[in-house]
Amino acid sequence: MPVTVRVPTPLRPLTGNAEQVEVTGRSIKEILDNLESRYPGIKSRLCDEKGQIRRFINVYVNDEDIRFQKNQDTPVKDGDRISIVPAIAGG
Amino acid sequence: MGFVKSLKCRECGQEYPKEPIHVCSFCFGPLEVEYDYDSIKKVLTKNLIASRSENMWRYKELLPLDGEPTVGIDAGFTPLIRARNLEKVLGVKELYIKNDSVNYPTWSFKDRVVSAALSKAKEFGFKTVACATTGNLGNAVAAQAVQAGLESYIFMPANLEQGKTIGTLVYGPKVIGIEGNYDGVNRLCSEIAGKYKWAFANINVRPYYSEGSKTFGHEIVEQLGWKAPKHIVVPMAGGSLILKIFKAIKEFKMFGFIPDADTKLYGAQASGSAPISTAVKNGWDTIRPVKPNTIAQSIAIGNPADGYYAVKTIKESGGWAEDVSDDELVEGIKLLASTEGIFTETAGGVTVAVAKKLIEQGRIPRNELTVICITGNGLKTQEAVLGRLGQPRLIRATLDDFDALMEEDTSSASPRGTKRVLAAAKKK
Repeated sequence: MPVTVRVPTPLRPLTGNAEQVEVTGRSIKEILDNLESRYPGIKSRLCDEKGQIRRFINVYVNDEDIRFQKNQDTPVKDGDRISIVPAIAGG
Repeated sequence: MGFVKSLKCRECGQEYPKEPIHVCSFCFGPLEVEYDYDSIKKVLTKNLIASRSENMWRYKELLPLDGEPTVGIDAGFTPLIRARNLEKVLGVKELYIKNDSVNYPTWSFKDRVVSAALSKAKEFGFKTVACATTGNLGNAVAAQAVQAGLESYIFMPANLEQGKTIGTLVYGPKVIGIEGNYDGVNRLCSEIAGKYKWAFANINVRPYYSEGSKTFGHEIVEQLGWKAPKHIVVPMAGGSLILKIFKAIKEFKMFGFIPDADTKLYGAQASGSAPISTAVKNGWDTIRPVKPNTIAQSIAIGNPADGYYAVKTIKESGGWAEDVSDDELVEGIKLLASTEGIFTETAGGVTVAVAKKLIEQGRIPRNELTVICITGNGLKTQEAVLGRLGQPRLIRATLDDFDALMEEDTSSASPRGTKRVLAAAKKK
């Protein structure tokens, strides 16, 4: 059973308008690489030239921000839910 | 009117048409409203502004509508007061309070941004508006939605202060409490905003919404007699307000309304939720998110969307950032109340306490004009000071009781407790 990735609106043109896709991988880094091979171009939208996740993108594994974990080395396991969410203003 | 050209990505510069969108499709950077400043310069003068009604729309050319404002048009133009008593306590020469705790209609600076957001939402033809909120934004959206005849959905952390919760419920919107902190509410709302086609004040109409904050800065400059202060202390949650105040001052400099825009900006946070001030103090360019733990709920945002740019703005202006403990912020609330007669909420207590700290550190010189930004009202966060202000002294409805109490007061510098006074009264 792979992990589920929720795709934010701006990236849906790349996933054939799918709101969520299923990908395999053991870490966020592997998930990103596998997303790229399935949907070419998606990684460069999520990561900068150095391969770092762009500063206005938040990535969550089961509701926990990966910056509170091991960033791209954060482990993921089958059935996990990954959300990619643009930064939101205060309120 | 209508001087907005487009939306532009603050990160990569990609331009977009004026639509209810907030992030760049290429790099996810925030979109910013682009104005035709050359055309504005031809029509906007200080005299024209001065001739208009005293509300935030006196600067309407610098706000992001295509037509006239239709919602919340009485927001803004709150008092800028000379804080002579606080000056004495802090040992400074010229100090002002910009007081949005009396903003209209819901007593916080959010009345400004919501007036801009809902007026724009109406232009776009939305029938439903929504927001994720730490309290004040929800109050403002709910109230102004009623005025505008719009349906509203308010998403908030379930454990908000009673005053903030009731101050939303009373207007009759759909209110959803969400377990956990504001950052979780925000994340959920981002997904909801992608699915339901509403105008989310702080999400898909954010570029327009956040422009409303500029008027806080415009007013400070105008109310000082067309002069930019040397120092401004601003509370920071998501980090947007401090950027927009700086932008406002730069706009007025660009139009030649003021000779200089050399204001230094200082950000204030609660130590229990201080990702931006931590970055400034450590010299980091990036924000490390935190999990908030402070009573200053209105500014308890651990993952501030505009944090990166707030750090840049503070550095560019030559300012600094500080944070204070919950105890210090309560003392800040009491200090402002006892010197200037202004009861501010927890965020205001943070801002006053940080201003005091920066003055004591020598970061803000004692002899230069300084403005403290008060953005919310203390009646909404009474829990913060509950049990820390003493109690009313109880007496019976007799002059004897009161005389006994007065005797106590005059015979001792510090008034004693109620029980003693009552006991004394009973003896007589």
